[in-house]
Amino acid sequence: MSLNIVVLAKQVPDTRNVGKDAMKEDGTINRAALPAIFNPEDLNALEQAIRLKDAHPGSTVTVLTMGLPRASEIIREAIYRGADRGIVLTDRTLGGADTLATSYSLAQAIKKIGNYDIILGGRQAIDGDTAQVGPQIAEKLHIPQVTYAEEILDIKKNGHVTVKRRLENGVETVKAPLPCVVTVNGSAAECRPRNARRVMQYKFATSTSEEPKLNPTIKAIVERRPELRIAEWSAADVEADPEQIGLPGSPTKVKNIVNVVFTAKENLRIENNDEAIENLVKELIANHTIG
Amino acid sequence: MTDKNNLIVYCEYDDGHVADVSLELLTKGRQLANTLGVKLEAIVIGDKLRDIEKTLFQYGADTVYKVEDKRLYPYTSNPHASVLINLFKEIKPQICLMGATCIGRDLGPRVSSALHSGLTADCTSLEIGPHKDPKTGKEYENLLYQIRPAFGGNIVATIVNPDCRPQMATVREGVMKKQIHDENHKGNVVNLDVKKYVKPEDFVVEIIDRHIEKSKVNIKNSPIIVAGGYGMGTKENFDLLYQLADTLGAEVGASRAAVDAGLAEHDRQIGQTGVTVRPKLYIACGISGQIQHIAGMQDSAMIISINNDPDAPINTIADYVITGNAEDIIPKLIKYYKKNSK
Repeated sequence: MSLNIVVLAKQVPDTRNVGKDAMKEDGTINRAALPAIFNPEDLNALEQAIRLKDAHPGSTVTVLTMGLPRASEIIREAIYRGADRGIVLTDRTLGGADTLATSYSLAQAIKKIGNYDIILGGRQAIDGDTAQVGPQIAEKLHIPQVTYAEEILDIKKNGHVTVKRRLENGVETVKAPLPCVVTVNGSAAECRPRNARRVMQYKFATSTSEEPKLNPTIKAIVERRPELRIAEWSAADVEADPEQIGLPGSPTKVKNIVNVVFTAKENLRIENNDEAIENLVKELIANHTIG
Repeated sequence: MTDKNNLIVYCEYDDGHVADVSLELLTKGRQLANTLGVKLEAIVIGDKLRDIEKTLFQYGADTVYKVEDKRLYPYTSNPHASVLINLFKEIKPQICLMGATCIGRDLGPRVSSALHSGLTADCTSLEIGPHKDPKTGKEYENLLYQIRPAFGGNIVATIVNPDCRPQMATVREGVMKKQIHDENHKGNVVNLDVKKYVKPEDFVVEIIDRHIEKSKVNIKNSPIIVAGGYGMGTKENFDLLYQLADTLGAEVGASRAAVDAGLAEHDRQIGQTGVTVRPKLYIACGISGQIQHIAGMQDSAMIISINNDPDAPINTIADYVITGNAEDIIPKLIKYYKKNSK
C-alpha cells in the first residue's frame, strides 16, 4: 500500500525570538532582522508524513509551500528529513493574500499535484497564528478535515485514517475517510533531525530560479539528476483565477497597523532584602490584596 | 447604504452549559448590535438543548436558532458547517462571532471558505466604524473593526471586510467580559429542521473515542496569579511557584516560553495565544515580558515583577519590582506571608 502524501509548509519569520531591532523606528517590521524558519508545527506535520512513508514503503511525500522563491530553503530542509520532492508556489500576483486567497491558491496547486491520499499541515503558522488555511483548503477541495491532530494511529489507502486529536480539554480519536486534510499540533512528535546521508545526496537540490546562479560543476550535476530539481509553479501553472488570488482575492483588508507600546507605570523598586520584602508582604496584607 | 442585517453568535453548548466564551461574545454582540441598530441572534447546534434559550435571552439574544439531533453532538466539522452555511445563505447576517476554541477555529474557516467571507482569528477587540478604501476611495459605514495582534504580538492590526458578508471573527475565552444583559429579556426561538440543513453525507467523520476532562486549572477566575517564565530555569524552581500559590490561595500561570520549554502545562499559558487574565494581583517570576505575554495580563490590578534583569520589559508595567533571583525571593514571600497573615 503506497500513499501519496502532501505536506503543506510555510517559511515564516521567527516571531518567537523577536529582538530589539525587529521593529523599525517607523513602527514597521524589520523582516531582515527576523530569521526565516520552517514553521514549527509544519515540522510536526512533516514527521507524521515521514512516519507514514516509513510504515508504508513506496509512499511519496510531496512538500508544497507558497511564498517567495527563497522558500526553497524549507523544501531542502524537508528533503533532508525524508520528503521526496517539493514544490514552491511563487508568483508576484499571489502576494498580499489573506487566508482565504492563500487556501484557494494552495488548493489549486494540490489539484495539480492530483491523486493525493492525505494532506498534512501544521495547525497554524507562527506569523499569523490563525489556523485557518488547513480547514479552508479542505472546504475548497470538498474533503473532510481533522484539526488539532497529535498522532495518526492508522491509515488504509482508499479507506480511512484514524487520528488522535488533542483538544483544549481532552483527547478525541476520530476516523475520517480519505482523502482528507489533517492539521497537526505542536504537541505531536517532534520532527526527526536531518539525515546526514540525505544531506549529502540532496544538498544540490535547486529550484528553477536558483539555477542560473549555480556554478558550472553543480549545474552539470543538477542537469544529470532530475530528482534535484525543486519545481516552481506560478499562478498560471495552477490555473488560478486572478480574481481569487493575492490582494484582489482577499475579502479581509488591513485597515491599519500599529506598533504595540504599553504605557509604562510608575513603579516602586523593592530592595532585595528580608526587611523590604517583609514590608511589601505586610502592605499587601493590610490593603487586602492578599490574605 | 446601511446594513440592517443582524449579528449572530455561534454558541457552544456542552453538558447542559453554554460555554463562557459564547456568553462573553453575546455580551459583546449585544453592544455591537445596539450600535448598529440591529438584532442579536444566537445559534446553537447539538443534542439535548433543552431550554438553553433562557440563558441566551438573558445575555441579550433576540432570536435563538436551535438545531437538535443526536448526530450533532459531539461536534464534528461538516454537519455544523453545513448548518451555518445554509442558514447564512437564508438570513444573511452581517456579522458572525465565534469562540476561538478548538471548535470555533475548526468551524469558522470552513464556513468562511464556503461563503467566501472574510474571517479574522483571535480578535482582541471588536468595534464598529467607517472605512475608506485607499485605492478606490469607496466609503463604507459601520464596518466591524476586527482588531488583533500579529507577528508574535509586536503589532496590532485592524482588519475589515468591506464587501463580503458575513464579517466573521473569532475571539478567545476571557478576552471579552460576560455580563447578563437583562434577566427578563425575552426573544423568540426558531427550531430548524436538521434534514433541511445537513445532508446525510456530511456525517463522514466518526468519533471513536473521547476523553474530555474538566480543566483543573482555573487561572481565568483566580484573584491572585503567580506566573513563571523561562527565567525560572528548571522544573524544581517552577515548583516554588506552586508553593507560593498554595500559600496565597493563588493559581499558577506561565509564559509561552515556559510552556514551550516544558516547565508548565499548556492550559496555564497566559498571553495572546493563551488565556487573558485580570486578577487583583499578578506576581511575574522570571518573566521578561514579551509583548504577547503582557497583552494577556496587563489589566491586572497590581503587578509585582521578580526578575534578575533590572531592565526586563515587564518591569515597565509593574507596580513593584524586585531585582533578584526568583528562587531566593519566593521562599521569603512564603515565609513572611505565613508570619504576618495570622
